[in-house]
Amino acid sequence: MTRSCSSQAERYERQVVASVRPPGWRNPRPAPLYDLVVLGAGPGGATAARDAAALGARVALVERDRVGGNCLNFGSIASKSLIRTARFYAEMRDAENLGAHVPSDLAPDFAAIMTRMKRVQMRLSKAHSALGLRDAGIDLFFGAAEFSGPDRVRVMGETLRFRKALIATGARAEIPPIPGLVESGYLTNETFFDLIDCPPRILVIGGGPIGCEMAQAFCRFGAHVIIVQNNPTFLPKEERDAAQILSEVMARDGVEIHLNTEVVAIHTEAGGKRIDLVSEDHKFHALVDVVGIGVGRIANVDGLNLEAAGVAYDRVAGVHVDDFLRTSNKLIYAAGDVCMEHKFNHAAEASARIAVRNALFLGHRRLSDLIIPWCTYTDPEIAHVGLYVREARKQAIPVRTFTVLMHDVDRAVTDGEDIGFVKIHVRAGSDEILGATVVARHAGEMINGLSLAITSRLGLRALARVVHTFPTQAEAIKMAAEAYERTRLTDRLKGVAAAWLARRSTERSP
Amino acid sequence: MEADAPALSDDELLDRCQCAAFGYFIDNVAPRIGLVADTSRPDASASIAVVGFALSCYPVGVERGWMERGDAITRTLAALRFFWQSRQSEATDATGFKGFYYHFLDMQTGRRASRSELSLIDTTLLMAGMLTAAAYFDRDTPDEKEIGLLTDALYRRVDWQWGCGRAATARHGWKPESGFLHYGWEGYSEATILYVLGLASPTFPLPADSFAAWTATYQWENIYDVEFLYAGPLFVHHYSHAWIDFRGIQDDFMREKGCDYFENSRRATLVQRDYARRNPLAFKGYGENCWGLTANDGPGAGVVRQDDTQHPCFGYVARGVPFGPDDGTISPPAILASLPFSPEVSLSALRHLRRHYPDLARDWRLPSGFNPSLAGNGPAGWISEGYFGLDQGIIVLMIENHRSELIWRLMRRSPAITAGLSRAGFSGGWLS
Repeated sequence: MTRSCSSQAERYERQVVASVRPPGWRNPRPAPLYDLVVLGAGPGGATAARDAAALGARVALVERDRVGGNCLNFGSIASKSLIRTARFYAEMRDAENLGAHVPSDLAPDFAAIMTRMKRVQMRLSKAHSALGLRDAGIDLFFGAAEFSGPDRVRVMGETLRFRKALIATGARAEIPPIPGLVESGYLTNETFFDLIDCPPRILVIGGGPIGCEMAQAFCRFGAHVIIVQNNPTFLPKEERDAAQILSEVMARDGVEIHLNTEVVAIHTEAGGKRIDLVSEDHKFHALVDVVGIGVGRIANVDGLNLEAAGVAYDRVAGVHVDDFLRTSNKLIYAAGDVCMEHKFNHAAEASARIAVRNALFLGHRRLSDLIIPWCTYTDPEIAHVGLYVREARKQAIPVRTFTVLMHDVDRAVTDGEDIGFVKIHVRAGSDEILGATVVARHAGEMINGLSLAITSRLGLRALARVVHTFPTQAEAIKMAAEAYERTRLTDRLKGVAAAWLARRSTERSP
Repeated sequence: MEADAPALSDDELLDRCQCAAFGYFIDNVAPRIGLVADTSRPDASASIAVVGFALSCYPVGVERGWMERGDAITRTLAALRFFWQSRQSEATDATGFKGFYYHFLDMQTGRRASRSELSLIDTTLLMAGMLTAAAYFDRDTPDEKEIGLLTDALYRRVDWQWGCGRAATARHGWKPESGFLHYGWEGYSEATILYVLGLASPTFPLPADSFAAWTATYQWENIYDVEFLYAGPLFVHHYSHAWIDFRGIQDDFMREKGCDYFENSRRATLVQRDYARRNPLAFKGYGENCWGLTANDGPGAGVVRQDDTQHPCFGYVARGVPFGPDDGTISPPAILASLPFSPEVSLSALRHLRRHYPDLARDWRLPSGFNPSLAGNGPAGWISEGYFGLDQGIIVLMIENHRSELIWRLMRRSPAITAGLSRAGFSGGWLS
C-alpha cells in the first residue's frame, strides 16, 4: 500500500468512525419508561427506531459496536464497492470485445481500491450517523445490552425499562470447527475489508453468495482464489441454470471451485497455510496465504441474557418468532438476521417495519406476506423473487416457466452483457406470477419490476401491456410476458383472426 | 464419410452410418467375458453402460445381417455369464455390489477399474441391454433359454431399495471407500429408465413414490417459443428413448402438460437447432443444420478465439442448450440420436455434415465431437480421437428405432418395462 493511499484510507476510516461510533459519545440519561427499546442499530434496528420515533414513540436504541451494522461497516457497502472496481478491471481486460484497446498496465492498485472503498463508506456513513439518530429523537446508547427481566434491559450499568422491545442484533459469520482454522488467522466478511495487500493465494471455505462475491472480486484483483464447499452442488439454493452460468463465468475468471470437498485441517507453516482437503476418497491439499470463511451466518444471541426475558431461541435459527415477529415474551419482538432465514439488509428493514407496527400499534401484519427479493452480486448477478419451481411443485402448484435468454435482448447484446436469462414462473392455467429468477449483469435492478408485479398482484399479461423503453435490458421481462401472450393464441383464435382479416380484405376489394 | 460419394437415399445413408457404428462393438470387445471398451483408445476400460448398448445392438446386427445369430448369442452369453459369476462384494476390487456394477471394469479381469463408482444409471443401461437380449433371444434352445434365465436372475439381484441410500430418490452411486455419492438426481434427466426398471423389480423395488419425488424437480419451460420439459444436454432426451417407446403414453406430469416424452424430445431437438441458429457465442459452423450439444468429448484445456472474444474449451462434459456450457463442440451422434423424433431435421443435418465436413467420419463412423472453431486438418477443425461406445450404441439403436422400431417393439413386450411404466403412473397409448 502506498503511503498516500494508506493515510487517505485512514482519514476516511476516522470519518466513518466519527459518524457511526463518535469518540467521546456520552449515553443519554435513560427515560423512566420507553415505548420501545431496540437492541442493535443495524439496518433493521435503525429503521425500527426511526419509524417508531417518527410516530411519536419514546425510543431507546442500543448498539454494541457501530451504527449501520454489517451492511455499512462490513457487508453490502464495502463489498459492492470492491465488486464495482473488480468489474472495471474485468471490463478493461475484455476491452477488445467492446472495440477498445486493452490498457498496457492492468496491474490492480489494491491500495487505491481499498481507499475508494473507505471513501464510499465514509460518504454513506453520513446517512447512518449517530448524530442523525439522536436528531431523530432517539436515545442512542452505545454498549453491550442484556435483558435483566421480561421488561427491562441493562446497558453500561443503566436499566432501560420498556413497554415493548425489539431484538435486531443481526448475525455474524459462522466459523466451522476445523482443526487449525483459528490459528490460521482466517478472514470473514467482517475482516476481509481490512486487508492492506491483495493476498496472492486465497482459499474460501463455503461457496455461498458472499463467498462467491468475494472470490470473484479478489480473483479479478489478481489473486488465485480457490472455493471449497462440502455441498456437491454449486449455489444449491439457486436455479441450476443460474448456478451453471455463474460457475462457468467464475471458472473463466480463474476461480478454482472444488465441490463435494471437505476442509479437514489447516496447518499454518512458514510461507503460507497448507489446507488438507478430502473429496469422497480423494485426498489432496492446497497452499494459500489467506483463508476466508463464507459458510453462512449465525444469529447474534450471545450475551443478551435472553433467558432472563423469557425469550426462546436456539443457536441455529436464532430468536424464535411467530408470523407477527413476536417472541415467546409477548412484550418483545425480533426482526432481521437474528430471527430470519433470509439474512439481507432489505429483509431486515422490511421485517423491522412490520414489528414496529405490530408491537406499538396493534398491527397484525405477517412476515409471510412479505415478498422479499434477493441478489447475489457476482458478475453476472443472480436475483430471485418469490417461489422456485421446486417449491411450487412441492405445494402441488402446476408451473410454467417463460424464459428469455439475454442473448435475445438487444440492449444486452449492444452492451456486451448478453450472458444470462430471465425466467418467470407462472401458475399453469393463469398468468399469476409465482416467482422469477434473473441472471444478468444488472439482475438486482431488473428483479425489482418483478417484485413490484408480485406484490401488486399484477399478472404476466399486465406486464405484456407495459410499454418498456427501447433498448433496455429490462425488456427481457416484457419479452417473457409476450411469450406468454403468444401461447394464448390458440389455433381457434388464430382462425378467427385470419377470418376477420380475410373478410376485411374482401370488403376493401373493388 | 465421403463428400463425393454417389448420391445415397436416406435409408442407404443411415444404413452406412448404422453399420459403421455397429462395427464398434465388434472391434472393441473382450470376447471371453463379453465386456466392451468405453472408447477405442488404447488401454481403455470397459464401461458397463456400453456393454448394455452392445447387448441391445447384437439383435440389430442379426436383423440387419451384420452378425450371425449364433455369434450374437455367444457374445451375449459371455457377458451374462461373466456378470452372474463375477464377484459381488464390498471389496474395493470387486465387480459389483448389491446387484449393481462399477461404472468401469478392467477389460481383462472384469474387476473395478479407475476407482470408479458403483453406478445406478450405468447398471440400468446394462440391465436394459440384458432385457433387450432376453426379449429377442427367446427361442426354445438351451442357449437362448439361458439368456432369459441369467437376465432374470441378474435383474432380480439388483437391490434398488438400497440404491436410494435411505433418501426419497435414487442416488447416483456408491464407493466402498466413502459410501453413497452425495449427488441426487435433480431436474429431468436420463434417469427415467432407471425408475422404470427400479419400480418394476420383483425383489427390491424402488419406493412407489420415488418417481413422483424425482419428477417434482422437473421444470417445464418456454424457451425460444417452444414449451418443453427442459434439460440442456441432448443425450438426456435420448437415452431412455433408446429402449422405451414413449409415443402416446403419459405420466402425471405429461398428462398435466398435454404432451408426452417423445414429443418432448422432438421439441428439445428444435430448441437445439434454434440455439445453433442464434449462435450467441459466434462459433464456426453452428446453424440450421449444425447443432447437437450433449455430453461428449471435447478439445480439453485451451481457448477458442472468435473475433475479439475467447472462450475456454472443455474435455468430456455435458454441454447444454441454451445455458451452456458451450465451447463450439458439436456431437454428430446426438444429431443421429434425434432421428426418431425429428427425422427431417436430423437427416438434413447429417447431409450437411457430410457435405461440409468430409474429414469428419472415417469409414462412416462418427466421432464423439468436432469443433470447427479450432484449427485441425480439415474443415471440421478439432475432431475427437477414436470413438466412444455410448455414441456408437445410441446411433445404432436410434437409427434402428427410426427404421424398424425393433428395440421399442422388443421392449414393449418386456414385463420390466410395462410394469415399471405402470408403477410410475404411465398410461395410454400402447400401454392400454
